[in-house]
Amino acid sequence: MDGSSNGKPDGRADGGAAVAPADPAQALADEWAEETPPPAGPVANLAASLVTTAIGVLGAVTAVGLGLGTPTQPGAGLWPLAISVAVVVLSLAQVVVGRRGGDGEKFSRYSWLSLVGLATLLGLVALLPVIGFEIPALLLSLIWMKFLGGESWRSAVLYSVLVVGVLYGVFVGALGTNVPHLF
Amino acid sequence: MESLQNVAAGFAVVLEPTNLLYCLLGVVIGMLIGVLPGLGPAATIAILLPLTYGVEPVTAIIMLAGIFYGAQYGGTITSVLLRLPGEASSVVTVLDGHALARQGRAGTALGVAAVGSFIGGTVAIVGLTFLAPVVAGFALDFGPPEYAALALLGILLVSTIASGARLKALIAAAIGLLLATVGRDAFTGAERFTFDNLSLADGIDFVPVAMGLFGLGEILYNLEERHRAVHAPGKVANVWPSRKDLKESSGAVTRGSVLGFFLGILPGGGATIASMAAYAAEKKRAKDPSRFGKGAIEGVAGPETANNAAATSSFIPLLTLGIPANATMALMFGALLIQGITPGPQLVTEHPELFWGVVNSMYIGNVLLLIMSIPLVGVFVRILRVRAAILAPVTALITMVGAYTINNSVFDVLLVVVFGAVGYLMKKFGFEPGPLVLAFVLGSLLESSLRRSLLMFDGSAAGFFTRPISATLLVVFVVVAVLPLIRAVRDRRAGGDVAGAPDAGASAKNREEESV
Repeated sequence: MDGSSNGKPDGRADGGAAVAPADPAQALADEWAEETPPPAGPVANLAASLVTTAIGVLGAVTAVGLGLGTPTQPGAGLWPLAISVAVVVLSLAQVVVGRRGGDGEKFSRYSWLSLVGLATLLGLVALLPVIGFEIPALLLSLIWMKFLGGESWRSAVLYSVLVVGVLYGVFVGALGTNVPHLF
Repeated sequence: MESLQNVAAGFAVVLEPTNLLYCLLGVVIGMLIGVLPGLGPAATIAILLPLTYGVEPVTAIIMLAGIFYGAQYGGTITSVLLRLPGEASSVVTVLDGHALARQGRAGTALGVAAVGSFIGGTVAIVGLTFLAPVVAGFALDFGPPEYAALALLGILLVSTIASGARLKALIAAAIGLLLATVGRDAFTGAERFTFDNLSLADGIDFVPVAMGLFGLGEILYNLEERHRAVHAPGKVANVWPSRKDLKESSGAVTRGSVLGFFLGILPGGGATIASMAAYAAEKKRAKDPSRFGKGAIEGVAGPETANNAAATSSFIPLLTLGIPANATMALMFGALLIQGITPGPQLVTEHPELFWGVVNSMYIGNVLLLIMSIPLVGVFVRILRVRAAILAPVTALITMVGAYTINNSVFDVLLVVVFGAVGYLMKKFGFEPGPLVLAFVLGSLLESSLRRSLLMFDGSAAGFFTRPISATLLVVFVVVAVLPLIRAVRDRRAGGDVAGAPDAGASAKNREEESV
């Protein structure tokens, strides 16, 4: 599908290009285009449009249930219905317009990093009311630095402890907020 | 003149030590995040919103404003040295700024950009001082129909000018409006879209939405992008621009100031568009346009001046009409609402200390930034050595703990994470979060104005066209909405592909894909 971007030529790395291309703006745009991930594609566009359509349909159904009233005496559902209809119409138009799928970004193997990151954030939310923020924050920081960021164990541990210590100092010590803490 | 007295009183507000300190804090943070690629001013302001709860409104806005215009200065540094724009508004600076750096004139480029930014910013503050009270006075007569029309137009313009797919931006905006209806209806008391959840009964707070979509969404996205290594440059040579450099760029700075000022006022305008327009204008004006891209000093001076002027002047619609002109201003709007202040035409008269305090703080902020970006530029360049792998959990944890402190609620933290995931997905699927947040902020104003107008007009929508201002705004709305459709149809008939200059590469790629 993305036959246009199979690896980038080595000679165009930063700094080495001595010969100025004819149009520097175009050259730079091309180079950045090479570096950015390929667009999400038609299937992603269809899926996204269907999701937003579903949101619109759900909104419209709920809005009708709320009561529409009359233009002079609008009910609670009239405005939500109007927007929901707009969402549906725009989404269906997007299905057609975006069928080539030129925007967005394809998921790559690095997208797992974001997913793991999200999971650790949810873990923090779950543990926060139970054991306070220090231990979950330390774990999150370790995972992000070591496994998502590729830091060495030494610097990951060192910086994580430092970060949590500073957060504790700022939010518990200096600002005196009520964030749940163990110590 | 009474307003002159207020201007002077505004200076007294700025010179209070707390405000000076927060101004300094704001511009330093702005400068830092401007230098660091990844987090932009909108994300940073969103993440720091909880910090503003504990301080005076004027202090809070002084700091947030400092972050915004400070980022315009900082973004230049990486554009010139690394060919990596720290901010979207510094993208065009890369072209000539980095070319100059390669010729060993990085200092010249940075120096001229700093001086230009300072002049552009200052000119825009002066313009703001004189124009804002006039606009506010004019807008005092606005009723619900005018506000409804203005909000609609603002949302449409921000969505259509947004980078990326226009239709998707509009969908995002419409969903933002839908999100704003969650909670108790102010008119009938009915609960809407709460799914019997008590935490949703009062509606969704703006802060978790902004922190999630802009802050955490950006952080999650960067986790994936981070494997691209950035190597920090060693030293920056002399940054003091010579008299010759300044003379050569004086014309570009003047034009950039004026252009940036006016583009900043427009809804949907702002620093990014201003910088691109200024670059195009300089290139067009030049006797020898082929110099551009090879180290023309005007190509740095023009855009860098314009983006600062625009960053400043985009406060005008917010502070005088209560309509944010871009996503960052939507965050300012939210920050003011948190403080119990609704921005609008009454702001100048009802809260003169806030209005003039914020405006005048920008003079101080610009002086501070000039100092930081010429003699201290080396210090900020060193920030680039901080590895993203270490910075990412720091920002994420500040966001999470900060989100908790807003209402001491775990539900808020969860909302931030949920909207963070939504923000990440939106980016991956080509939806801009900006229009969503803007529409969300304006949603309740728009709905209540619409409903009040309908009551005024006995339920007839034709009433909007009986009032000159709302009629004009709605005509502009229709033109903006319909024009792209007509253009698309015409282009299709002509058989040509729509290829705007900046995304020529992208459309070429599309064509390639189509043919495969």
